[in-house]
Amino acid sequence: MKKRQRIIAVAAAAMLAAPTIALAGCTGTDETVVLRVSNWEEYIDLGDWDDEEAIDIENKYTGEDYIMGVNSVVDDFTEWFNSQDYGFEVRVEYSTFGTNEDLYNQLNLGDVYDLVCPSDYMIMKLLDEGEVQPFSEDFMDTSNPENYYINGVSEYIDGAEGSIFDEYGWSGIAACYMWGTTGLVYNPERIDEEGSDVTSWNMLTNPDYYKSVTIKDNVRDAYFAALSILYEDELNAINADSDMTEAEKSQARNNLLNATDPDTIAAAEDMLKAIKENVYSFETDSGKADMVTGKVIGNLQWSGDAVYIMDQADEEDTELWYSVPDSNTNLWFDGWVMLKDGIGGDERRQTAAEAFVNFLARPDIAVRNMYYIGYTSSSASDEIFEYFDWCYGAVTDPEDEEYYELDSGVYEYDVSYFFGDGYSIYIDMNELKTEGAVDTGETVDGTPIYTGGTINQGRQAFGQYPTEDVIGRSVVMLDFGDDLAAINQMWINVRCLDLVDIDVTTVIVVAVIIVVIAAAIVLYRFRYAIFYNRPRRRQL
Amino acid sequence: MTTALKLRFNRKQLCIPYAAFLILFVICPLLVIIYFAFTDGTGQFTFDNLVNFFSNTNTLGTLLNSIAIAVVTTVVCLLIAYPVAYILARSKFKRKYVLLMLFVLPMWINFTLRITALKEILTAIESNIAMYPFLNTVIGMTYDFLPFMILPLYTSLSKLDKSLTEAAEDLGANGFTVFMRVILPLSVPGIISGVTMVLLPSMTNYVVLDMLYNSTYIMGSLIGSYFAAYDWNNGSMISLILLIIIFIITLATNRFSDDNEGARRTIL
Repeated sequence: MKKRQRIIAVAAAAMLAAPTIALAGCTGTDETVVLRVSNWEEYIDLGDWDDEEAIDIENKYTGEDYIMGVNSVVDDFTEWFNSQDYGFEVRVEYSTFGTNEDLYNQLNLGDVYDLVCPSDYMIMKLLDEGEVQPFSEDFMDTSNPENYYINGVSEYIDGAEGSIFDEYGWSGIAACYMWGTTGLVYNPERIDEEGSDVTSWNMLTNPDYYKSVTIKDNVRDAYFAALSILYEDELNAINADSDMTEAEKSQARNNLLNATDPDTIAAAEDMLKAIKENVYSFETDSGKADMVTGKVIGNLQWSGDAVYIMDQADEEDTELWYSVPDSNTNLWFDGWVMLKDGIGGDERRQTAAEAFVNFLARPDIAVRNMYYIGYTSSSASDEIFEYFDWCYGAVTDPEDEEYYELDSGVYEYDVSYFFGDGYSIYIDMNELKTEGAVDTGETVDGTPIYTGGTINQGRQAFGQYPTEDVIGRSVVMLDFGDDLAAINQMWINVRCLDLVDIDVTTVIVVAVIIVVIAAAIVLYRFRYAIFYNRPRRRQL
Repeated sequence: MTTALKLRFNRKQLCIPYAAFLILFVICPLLVIIYFAFTDGTGQFTFDNLVNFFSNTNTLGTLLNSIAIAVVTTVVCLLIAYPVAYILARSKFKRKYVLLMLFVLPMWINFTLRITALKEILTAIESNIAMYPFLNTVIGMTYDFLPFMILPLYTSLSKLDKSLTEAAEDLGANGFTVFMRVILPLSVPGIISGVTMVLLPSMTNYVVLDMLYNSTYIMGSLIGSYFAAYDWNNGSMISLILLIIIFIITLATNRFSDDNEGARRTIL
């Protein structure tokens, strides 16, 4: 089957390529290259901002003193690229996909893209299947200041030895676009007083929240949550163990949460059935609205969408928070990869694709995308940090028009793991839930500064950039590999109604109803024979 | 000239467009489904997919769940639609069709919109709709499929000759007897076509189910989830099983009204 699809794909590629080759033959080098890009839905700035939305950060790339999306990023890219001296023009054919599996199915059915933006595990899968075209050395060259991606990306994520992409062998293969964690969005007014319920994944099975939490309708996030609940004690023991090194701890977490052996799958199936019994719904997109309108109290969510939900709720005067459970979290990445089928060894196409990725990593564009979609860019350039401070930093200057009284002081929120040494912002203490934070004795504009302790619940700032210790207990979820079929079957079993689970009362009630109806029909039909003791009259 | 044209297009030739459509879009996909249903991922012939379905209590339970939802929906639709259709057919209003449209047209507003509205109404009534997934699904399905029950019932009831009921009344039958012995038997063709039009799609329509947060699959969502997981073989097998079930139901309803020429006409 595979082979046949290949042949179709090759034929399709040949048909697509034929006019290009023909054109190349007669017009020389200045024809238009069509760049076929496929990205997640609502995962790029589409422009058209209101004037008030302009972000107050100097934009040295356009020469304006603000950053703002007037046109869509795709249009801006085309305009920028065509004004450069590349020797050819580019036109972007931009399409979107809803899930990684949709993208994978599209590719297998013969759709051809040059540049796609799947998640970590799907990059692994495409890489294993040999579909990925690595980035060129020019793209990864740090000496060129116009290589925004490699110069801008956080050393924590890519480009440095020991970075996550380096560790997994994705450096030079994929270019990280957005990243984040998974956690629980919740309404602080409707949970227990200490707020301890939301610091554990078992909120999903907690009967106190019967039918008022939602979980993602996708097998990977659900499987991760199930394993996190199953292994909660083990994970907490690993976190507390002082004899293990960080590397050993991370290995131990990986072994637990990336397990795909039959016993684990069976245990996860039982756990997911318990979750299904307890949750409001398995949601694909409705969870956001249900959270804001108050239909549910908690929602398993990706950090970027969590920020988006909190923003939405603020507009409706509802305060929502984001929590990363104490035991562990899933660290995820979405990255741009070039596909061999699309690029096809065409140098200009590859140049255009790399320019597109680079353009997205240009700090002003990265800020626009972050503002528009709520997710966190992989870029650690100064503009991004300024943007982070501009959004969530506490205004301590009483003269400033946005000043309000910071009655609990400010917290020195450290993001040096991401942006580099010395990067931290002051956040209103009321926007974070700290444990063991200490007063530094210093003040900023008369407001006391706190530091230290641990944080596992907070508002947008915490969702955008979690603290280093949250990252410390995160796990990257790998591709299921050969166990994918077994896990998919497990997921289908969870969502089905198991005959064994039908309770006896239901069976009895249904049986009684059927018997009564049958009896009524029989009695009516044979009423003459039974009640009047004479044969039934012949019907007309 | 015209006679020549007439001669050239005999009946057989007239069905060419439909036959072409049928072969291209019905027969071919069906053959592909059968091919996938009896092969495994590598293209080898196998009965595994069939065995998988009938040996897994989860998939069998889903079949039962679909049938339960479909049957309850159909019964509720029938109970609501019959009186409405009867009233409409018997109304003295001169342009009955206008009246019928007034009843049915609002139900043909885009149904995702209507289900979204229904969700809010149910939330207002029940406060947490996730508590009653089965009930909500049946309400949503009824909301969705009611017009398909009203229309055929209305057609058969409005064709009913009034002199027959008058004759029965003259012969001393009371209201109940007239209904049971005259009206009901004569409206069987309408009931059957209404039932087929509601029962069969409500076994597979999972959009309603999804939108009303029923997290338990029915046949439609089961097939969809297999295809989404790129498992075309099991997905095709379940489609085929569903097709056979539908075929049996249609056959049974046909047999049930075997002596009724009108019924056969409405179904086929």
